Amino acid sequence: MYSTANAVAKVSPAPEPAALEESGVVIALSPPAATLAPSKELPVRRLPRFVEAAGEAAAAVLPTIVVIAALLAIWQFACSAPGSTLPSPSRIWTESHDVIMHPLKGVTFHGIVPSVEGGDVGIAVHIVTSLRRVAIGFGLAAICGIGLGVLIGQSRLAYRALDPLFQVLRTVPPLAWLPISLAVFQQAQPSTVFLIFITAIWPVILNTAAGVQAIPPTYRNVGKVLALNPLQYFTKIMLPATVPHMFTGLRIGVGMSWLAIVAAEMVQGGTGIGFFIWDSYNSSLLTDTIVALVWIGLVGFALDRIVGWIGRRIAHQA
Amino acid sequence: MKNRSYLALEGISVTFPTRKGPFTALDQVDLSIEKGEFVALIGHSGCGKSTLLNVIAGLTKASRGVVFLDGEVVDRPGPDRAVIFQDHSLLPWLTVEENVRLAVDQTMKGGRAERRDWVRHNLELVHMGHALAKRPAELSGGMKQRVGIARAIAMTPRVLLMDEPFGALDALTRASLQDAVMDIQAKTNNTVVMITHDVDEAVLLADRVVMMTNGPAATIGEDLRIAMPRPRNRIEVAETREYNHARAEVLHFLHQRFSNPVDQAA
Repeated sequence: MYSTANAVAKVSPAPEPAALEESGVVIALSPPAATLAPSKELPVRRLPRFVEAAGEAAAAVLPTIVVIAALLAIWQFACSAPGSTLPSPSRIWTESHDVIMHPLKGVTFHGIVPSVEGGDVGIAVHIVTSLRRVAIGFGLAAICGIGLGVLIGQSRLAYRALDPLFQVLRTVPPLAWLPISLAVFQQAQPSTVFLIFITAIWPVILNTAAGVQAIPPTYRNVGKVLALNPLQYFTKIMLPATVPHMFTGLRIGVGMSWLAIVAAEMVQGGTGIGFFIWDSYNSSLLTDTIVALVWIGLVGFALDRIVGWIGRRIAHQA
Repeated sequence: MKNRSYLALEGISVTFPTRKGPFTALDQVDLSIEKGEFVALIGHSGCGKSTLLNVIAGLTKASRGVVFLDGEVVDRPGPDRAVIFQDHSLLPWLTVEENVRLAVDQTMKGGRAERRDWVRHNLELVHMGHALAKRPAELSGGMKQRVGIARAIAMTPRVLLMDEPFGALDALTRASLQDAVMDIQAKTNNTVVMITHDVDEAVLLADRVVMMTNGPAATIGEDLRIAMPRPRNRIEVAETREYNHARAEVLHFLHQRFSNPVDQAA
């Protein structure tokens, strides 16, 4: 499963800045907005705006809801026999009711500052623990990965020296690093953080490097004619031109981090969502495991979208 | 000391290494250009005229020979030789004003307000003062190239280099940009080297049309002075004898003496 995720790392379908330029003419030719508004003489019968918006939203999410409902129904039907090894949705609802409804168990709020007490905590607390590890490991991977990516993208010598190394290392499955990581760091927190780092860094490096190499020669020439110094070239031309590629790498990296953290925590125990899954399995609480799976999926989806959104915001502003 | 022209190319040869051995693009090019002169370089595709421009710009190193600008050797790119690229090469993440601003900040000393006024003045000069906050993607091809011109002249270069500046534009847009260039040239009196493969453009705009032989090992074949008074009006000059004579001369060079190498091969 990790090797397939690794294989995606080389793909960089970021839009070329140059490609965006050509679309511009249309905007200049579009009619003024005023002509689009309905005129007063002709009473146009239209639904109120909020009804229209609600209708559009419904049309967007309705197919998904229908599919989910259908799948749940099939699942319920297939697993409703008394001896079924896989619990049905209704059994999950009844047996894991506490886990579903009290994700913040064990958290007390002093004003808005939360504090965790006791070992038996809700699923959201485990998620936050995992997210914190991902944030540190992924943050380090982003900084180092962009730096190394710029280096091998810019210098042919560095590319020749380092690229083969990266190509080999990126195929090592994250969990294969765990024994080394545990032996070196001894503790759960730093060794999981290292695991995230080593998982997420490769797509960031390789996509950043590809982005730097793909900077159109004319932009380089502009930099040369203007006699920009290396720092100015980096901030004024290289960085903005590479942002789409960079965020492709960061997006793949955050997804792989989320894959790796769950696996790492399952193996080494203690806290985190991976541990929660392993613990529930060992306690024969398969329904809890399924609830955790849903949480993991939703959080992973959210992480992916957040990084993608930040990338788009920066690309528009830069 | 030798008495050199303002821009002097002496014995420029450019050889590129290729798989099949060295390829000589330019062979022994000598060219002298006076201050304020507008020179058009014309030749068939692949004759090395872009290479020659890049040598002057410092973007390509000459294998042999030297470029002198105002008595000094130039061997690296710099803002004193502004380039207007064929594909305009505006940075798509910057607005029109910021694109020009980047060039002005690199070349102009003085206060913020002064630099801002200079940016706007140059954009007014190309009639793009209305689009300061627009991004290149929102502009038509002709407008983009106007901004490209503004960016180059705002650098107050010692030589203005144009690499087929209107090659990608339609005929009407090209004509209006040619007029804009003549208009600006009348005000700024820059020293200009322009590459083109449009005979009318060369004769209309330039003081001299320098014709290049076909590559490989291209060199200067003929150097024709266009002695028409300025300002030139494209409709009026089209009927003059000088214009038609110059045009015929260039056409003769390009289509009889050094016809298109592709046609010859066919």
